[in-house]
Amino acid sequence: MEAIIEYISTNQQELYIFILAIFVGVEVISKVPTVLHTPLMSGSNALSGVVIVGSIIVLGKTDPANYLALSLGFLAVLLATLNVVGGFAVTNRMLEMFKKKPGKK
Amino acid sequence: MILQIIDICYLIAVVLFIVGIKMMSHPDSARKGNSIALSGMILAILASFLTPGLDNLVLILIAMALGTIGGIYSAKTVQMTAMPQLVSFFNGMGGAAAALIGLVEYGDLPVDDIGKGAVLMSSLVIGSVSFSGSLVAMGKLQGVLKDIRINKMLGFAVLGIAIALAAYILASAAPQPTLIYVLVVLSLIYGLMFVYPIGGADMPVVISLLNSLTGVTAATTGLLYDNKVMLMGGILVGSAGILLTLLMAKAMNRSVSNILFTSFGGGSGAAAAGQ
Repeated sequence: MEAIIEYISTNQQELYIFILAIFVGVEVISKVPTVLHTPLMSGSNALSGVVIVGSIIVLGKTDPANYLALSLGFLAVLLATLNVVGGFAVTNRMLEMFKKKPGKK
Repeated sequence: MILQIIDICYLIAVVLFIVGIKMMSHPDSARKGNSIALSGMILAILASFLTPGLDNLVLILIAMALGTIGGIYSAKTVQMTAMPQLVSFFNGMGGAAAALIGLVEYGDLPVDDIGKGAVLMSSLVIGSVSFSGSLVAMGKLQGVLKDIRINKMLGFAVLGIAIALAAYILASAAPQPTLIYVLVVLSLIYGLMFVYPIGGADMPVVISLLNSLTGVTAATTGLLYDNKVMLMGGILVGSAGILLTLLMAKAMNRSVSNILFTSFGGGSGAAAAGQ
């Protein structure tokens, strides 16, 4: 219990960001039309690939002699890149489809 | 100085993320929004390369090159009707990456840091659930996997054991290299059991929920590193994803609890009718 309270007080800034970001996330997409549900899902999926920042840091900090950590980190960077690049590319293709058929519902 | 530059880049990236998602929710500006979010991501990635003491640069670049080639190739060649599967696959990869980061970091974390330990465990568990769940969702949309009835209680039992194990690892205050892998396996199994009984037609809603979970893991990983861009971006996706899940379920005239907690929703055939 004490550990939890201590964690909260030392990480106040993070917790404020946490709570405000929840409201921002809800607010920005609250008026999305039904046709855009799938592209928006795909786009936000690409954004969740921001975990790539962490994977770059983790692989960058790994001791070059620790082969297990090295290969896990390598895999993490690879998969996160797939998430980011593929996510944005596939969203772009979906939205291209909308442009060609403006009357499509 | 470098640290300040990184912070400013992250700040700009977060603004670009928010503006990007905002624009993506209007039909006219959706494509532009996607590009804006992408530029934010590129900025965040470039800034993370400035992190002091970064080693193994060659490995990082090789991994990123492979991921880029694979991502672009699969996004360009996928059939229009198979796009939801691909989104699900990419989402699973993000979750796996977060879980892998947790695994690597576990070795470095001081065992008596309960706060960070708890954050790490949650990113490990949620990342693994998101990974295996997304792959099942993909298989179901593709029609490869059949519907199987699994008792929901059994699933919750597995999740309960996983949480208890995580709590035990935290409380034991000693390195538990074997148990941490057991925890990952349990989480992977829960992901399978969570998605397997849900009908294929409801998969888009489930993918949206899993997408939101991946966002949460990105945020917990951000907490682990005190990295604001991951925290903010992850929570943004997490909360937007939850709302999107509710909206999608509503558009299908279904309630989320109905989809998630009753066995069969619909046939697996009409799956691609996601939009």
